[in-house]
Amino acid sequence: MEKKYWQSFAELTDKEGFQSKNKDEFREELPFGEADDKGLLDAKAPRRDFLKYLGFSTAAASLAACKQPVRKAIPYVNRPEEVTPGVAKYYATTFVTDTEVVPVVAKVRDGRPIKIEGNKLCSYTLGGTSPRAQASVLDLYDTYRLTHPARKAGEKFQEIPNYDQLDTQISQDLAGLGGRSVVLLTGTIVSPSTKQIITDFLGRYPGSRHVQYDAVSHAGMLLANEASFGRRVLPTYEFDRADVIVSLGADFLGTWVSPVENARKYSVGRKINEANPRMSKHYQFESFMSMTGANADERYVHRPSEHGAVVLALYAALGGAVAAPAITDAKLKAGIAKAAADLQKSRGRALVVCGSNDPNVQQVVNAINSAIGAVGTTLNFGQPNLTKQGIDKDMADLVAQMNAGTVGAVLIFGANPAYEYHDAQAFVNGLKKVKLSISFNEKMDETTELCNYSIPAHHYLESWGDAEPKAGYLAFLQPTIAPLFKTRPFQTSLLKWAGNNTDYDTYFRTFWQGRLGSAAAVDKALQDGVVEGGSAARNLAAAVGITATDTTAAPAAPVTTGGGAAFNSSGVAGAAAAIGAARKAGKDELVIYQNVAMASGKQSGNPWLQELPDPITKATWGNYALISTDKAKELGIDFTSSDYEYYPDKPVIKLSVNNKEVSLPAMVIPGMHPNTIAVPVGYGRNAAFSKAAENIGQNVYQFARFNGTTVDYHTEITVAGETFGKEKIAQTQIHNSYEGRTEVVRETTLATFVANPTMFSSFRKELTENYAKKTGDYRKEGTLYGDHVQPGPKWGMSIDLNSCIGCHACVVACHTENNVPVVGKSEVLRYHDMHWLRIDRYFVSDNENPNDVKAVVFQPMLCQHCDNAPCENVCPVAATVHSEEGINQMAYNRCIGTRYCANNCPYKVRRFNWADYTGADSFGDNQDQKLVGKLDPVVFEMNDELTRMVLNPDVTVRSRGVMEKCSFCVQRTQEGKLNAKLQNRSLGGDDIQSACAQACPTGAIVFGNANDETSTVAQQRKNNPGRLFYVIEQIHTLPNVNYLAKVRNTEELVQVVRKTEGAEHQNQKETPGVNANREAEGAVAPAAH
Amino acid sequence: MIFIKPKMKKTILAGIISLLSFTSIFAQDGKQIFQANCQSCHAINKNLTGPALQGFTERGPWTDRANVYKWIHNPAAFIPTTPYTKELQAQFGGQIMPSFPQLSEKDIDAIVDYINTAAAAAAAPVATTDTAGGAATEDDGTNAITFGIISIVLAIIALVLMQVNSNLKKLSDDKEGILRPDPVPFYRNKIYISLLALVLFVMGGYFVSKGAINMGRQKSYAPEQPIYYSHKVHAGINQINCLYCHGNAWESKHAAIPSINVCMNCHKAISTYEKGPKLYTEDGKEVNGTAEIEKLYKYAGYTPGQPWDPSKATPIEWVKIHNLPDHVYFNHAQHVNAGKVACQSCHGNIQEMDVVSQQSDLSMGWCINCHRETKVDFYNTADSTGNKFYSIYEKFHNDIKTGKMDSVTVKDIGGLGCMKCHY
Repeated sequence: MEKKYWQSFAELTDKEGFQSKNKDEFREELPFGEADDKGLLDAKAPRRDFLKYLGFSTAAASLAACKQPVRKAIPYVNRPEEVTPGVAKYYATTFVTDTEVVPVVAKVRDGRPIKIEGNKLCSYTLGGTSPRAQASVLDLYDTYRLTHPARKAGEKFQEIPNYDQLDTQISQDLAGLGGRSVVLLTGTIVSPSTKQIITDFLGRYPGSRHVQYDAVSHAGMLLANEASFGRRVLPTYEFDRADVIVSLGADFLGTWVSPVENARKYSVGRKINEANPRMSKHYQFESFMSMTGANADERYVHRPSEHGAVVLALYAALGGAVAAPAITDAKLKAGIAKAAADLQKSRGRALVVCGSNDPNVQQVVNAINSAIGAVGTTLNFGQPNLTKQGIDKDMADLVAQMNAGTVGAVLIFGANPAYEYHDAQAFVNGLKKVKLSISFNEKMDETTELCNYSIPAHHYLESWGDAEPKAGYLAFLQPTIAPLFKTRPFQTSLLKWAGNNTDYDTYFRTFWQGRLGSAAAVDKALQDGVVEGGSAARNLAAAVGITATDTTAAPAAPVTTGGGAAFNSSGVAGAAAAIGAARKAGKDELVIYQNVAMASGKQSGNPWLQELPDPITKATWGNYALISTDKAKELGIDFTSSDYEYYPDKPVIKLSVNNKEVSLPAMVIPGMHPNTIAVPVGYGRNAAFSKAAENIGQNVYQFARFNGTTVDYHTEITVAGETFGKEKIAQTQIHNSYEGRTEVVRETTLATFVANPTMFSSFRKELTENYAKKTGDYRKEGTLYGDHVQPGPKWGMSIDLNSCIGCHACVVACHTENNVPVVGKSEVLRYHDMHWLRIDRYFVSDNENPNDVKAVVFQPMLCQHCDNAPCENVCPVAATVHSEEGINQMAYNRCIGTRYCANNCPYKVRRFNWADYTGADSFGDNQDQKLVGKLDPVVFEMNDELTRMVLNPDVTVRSRGVMEKCSFCVQRTQEGKLNAKLQNRSLGGDDIQSACAQACPTGAIVFGNANDETSTVAQQRKNNPGRLFYVIEQIHTLPNVNYLAKVRNTEELVQVVRKTEGAEHQNQKETPGVNANREAEGAVAPAAH
Repeated sequence: MIFIKPKMKKTILAGIISLLSFTSIFAQDGKQIFQANCQSCHAINKNLTGPALQGFTERGPWTDRANVYKWIHNPAAFIPTTPYTKELQAQFGGQIMPSFPQLSEKDIDAIVDYINTAAAAAAAPVATTDTAGGAATEDDGTNAITFGIISIVLAIIALVLMQVNSNLKKLSDDKEGILRPDPVPFYRNKIYISLLALVLFVMGGYFVSKGAINMGRQKSYAPEQPIYYSHKVHAGINQINCLYCHGNAWESKHAAIPSINVCMNCHKAISTYEKGPKLYTEDGKEVNGTAEIEKLYKYAGYTPGQPWDPSKATPIEWVKIHNLPDHVYFNHAQHVNAGKVACQSCHGNIQEMDVVSQQSDLSMGWCINCHRETKVDFYNTADSTGNKFYSIYEKFHNDIKTGKMDSVTVKDIGGLGCMKCHY
């Protein structure tokens, strides 16, 4: 039973066929004329055409060269004192979208926000971000934003010339409702000042009310907490204090509750101190392979409808007074018992989280948390999380009332029920019966289309504002650019209509001046971006520090957070009974879930997010149905053949229940429950919403069900396959092949690592012994070339595979920072994706049993900046050479596009501009490829004058025909060095951060000057000799990027076996762990076989 | 330019020479104090934010010097005491002059002296010298043309001689009765033709490649600007520091053309161009400096004598002269501030240019050459001089100590790397 690291099924089953197919860098046929009988002139690209184009371009080039354009330089008329053209300013603000709140800092260059960075002053994110927050700056420059207030006249919206006229009209409309109620329908409002404004507004209109509605609801938890603890809030989950984490279907690292905060805290327990290796233990029980599940140490699958049963069984195993339901799956049963035993052992240092939206299930989870002493230690009610407040019943009632005709006006802000609501048609029908409907949404989404008025609000980067994501933790918004369009804050409208003539900007300042005490305090709050409640604030930074440096970290004693809450167990029995009654069995079940890029779909018009590969499927542009290997076999999908992986066409399956149906391409993924189908939400938008999202995927919100109290996000389903043809899925994972080199990834279990700490480092020792016999210096002796001195800074990166959760924030950050082009679905399908940084996903399993995934390894892969780089030697024009600072340089203007470098790169990290994606070519019509490779409309949208404002002016926009790749953010290293020189100071090892390192919410990526011993990157290399490895280091590329091997916290003992053919391959063999000690001894002796 | 100052009436000193020297020293102090404190609101001979000061000592209460002291030390208190000052306040929009309690009576005397001297000097006829003579510039190309003509003449002589030679040979052959085929005329002679083709090919290749390399380069580009702005007058004659206007170069990648409010800092006071040398365009046309200042006023939306409202200004579209391609990153702060490179190193003697023209070709070879030779302000561990940034270059510190190298150039710290400028 050989353990394998694999990316696609064919790698396991049809290795030779797979490799021969992947031998070619690009799989398509070349577009030269086919040898058919039509003759050359009728061929796709006839010779004469070729000569015509050649002649024209030569002539045009010479003509273009004759004219010297006159360039104008237009200075400011009256330069503002604080603006220095060419120097970036940073403003603290807060990303608030779709109930996600992340304090951020916006980088503003010459008046334009161009990059979002995490706010390091925020105590719970410590500067971490999510891919959504990183990408949000592009939403500001979305060409599909609404530009002015409008009123519906007939079918179309008509611009209202000014706001005074609008206010008069609305006031008249509001007065003429004939006593019917006014309803304010919003997403969760986290802004204290907005809440006050809403209260004032509601006071002005008797009978009016405020309904909060979240696209993906957490009402089940809110109601359960109300029943158990008497408070309708979510607690803060202190993952950093938990030694045992059990997640029951909660994707807490990806999208659940507060993902950036969760990830930061989770990573505290996942970092390993080699002197005393210990880490938290993470169990995941779920129905499909989620990103969080991929990070778990032990993972068990169950049916979606079995969720309650699993929770009950766990409670029963912990001694809860409920009848344990019968769990038929032996493995699952054993898993529950094991998790329960671990939880029991770690009382007070354990945490159970649950993704269910059923209040009964959540109430039992509360009972479990109470039983394991989590309440007040890892479950912190002292700092309740306020980002989810929507209660499903309120929304259902509202829809019923709208249909009954008792609602006179509905004012919608930040909600899009016509798209997200499970029974969207009922909402649409109801909306038609409402006399006055107003949407404040920024874009023409499905709901706004149906309203009488559209009064677009500012983008968050244009707004003043505030947020209180956790009680006592304030985050502030300030404008980073003057409003681009004739938009107005939603709050100003409410103020005006409530008879208060101040605008929100003034109101906001007065409001906070009153609360914070003085104008100076408000200025300070705006400057810092966060104000955190005095004694309640926890020092997470210190906790992160401990794991990095303290060598004697003993198990932390249970800490009380002061966030305890009295647990009321009276409802548990009833809840348990309800769960038992609700269980039902169907053959197949569907789960709809949020993926990290789209989340609930608010940002689905964002091309960066659309092109972001999903962590698990690595698919871009569109959704699909995840199915298990068993289901695939049942449907007759031959997923093991190399053809399945090789061609993007995937068989379409039809999912149907109760007259609702959807056809989606099927994606076979290991580690799914056999009868579960999972589909991400957020796709299938209307044409008016966005060009990027139009015709991309299908909307599956309709499959959510309202059970009378809350919405369930799973349902029974009928699956039909075979006959519905095929659809293309643009996957990025299989685009590059390591030619069968599996030692790219290093992974083991904690037990193995403890027993054999040199299991990874012995490989490097062997290399030295074999290739550097004389001096013992592999670097110098292992090559024919001389060594080059790097006297000053030497940039290096260290990536901890244990901390990387695969969230892809770094990928978007890299995209933004380096002007990486968006290529569109058609080009991704042709392997032309341009991501400089990709996150490779590897499944770990036995050779025979691919479905039994033991682990998933996420490996961020970028240019390794090899000191002995294979790409540099083969460039015929020396366009890629090495710098004195260890950077593998790429001179775009020198590149002539031979692509030898990409061919010779063992890491496959070089990206070629196959088309003019950026419009940067000298010839305007170069983008319009008539023959082959017509570009998607989104590429042209990204070249719009407005969208181009997001480009980083310090980084060249690459034109067609040149190679590009990670530059180690050289613009940042250059700027950092210059700043040190200007300030006449020495350069600190961690002074300069690459965009990816800065974006990372878990500190998995560390960047700095490796020549400086005090830098984190040098420290990490020094302190982790056991886990340190360089990818394919035996070929002597001498990368400047190192990795730290992934360690899973299981007791399984894996024996290290070295093949005798030499050091080129290292494989790991698995042995049944009968006698742990004996096995461990065997493992220490190398080359036992 | 030196002006001979007329005798001062108020000073009671013996010798004329000593009198002159004394007053001028006194007035020199006054000039500095005036520039530091008064100039932003007052001019000698016209109203700005405050009234013109020419001959003020003969007006209103100012005939009594004690009143002048009181006024300058606390204008607000003085205003209500005389009708003259009340009227003055009304005349200047109710604004009150700030108080200058720090100025001693001696300082104020110096200012008054300066004002009187300057006013008298302005009244005196100004002797100007016509420096902008039409001296013909030496043509660098003359030698090349001479050599070219000589080469062509020599080539023609060689050709003629060869023809003569062949004709003579033919004649002697005829004489001796040797029969030879008719000679081929030189223009059909294959050797000549191939030689010519070779020469043309080499020359053509030389010019084409030279042209191609120079594509996009614009050395000595000197376009006409919307306003005739003379760097010679500003940076040369008036000695204004480059960074006064181009202060951005100190902290940013862009040197940046100053915004109109920077121009107006001075030009609210300076509305005429009278004293400087005559100005000429590239084609030798004379330029009226005062008219050019008026152009600035038009852009600024300013009427002399009235308060300026910057919000009425419209931008000036200057023509960019020094231009680098988009794939080149150049940072002024790096060179001007960190590297202490003089502006003139790249821009030439800008303080002598009426019309700015590009002096360097801004080619990569030109940049690289400078990077090869220029020494950085390397940190000296012994006496802690130099830029502390370089303290991290341990190897160089050791090499300097052991005498392996004596200085560190830009090249040594990676100044020739592609990604210093291209990213």
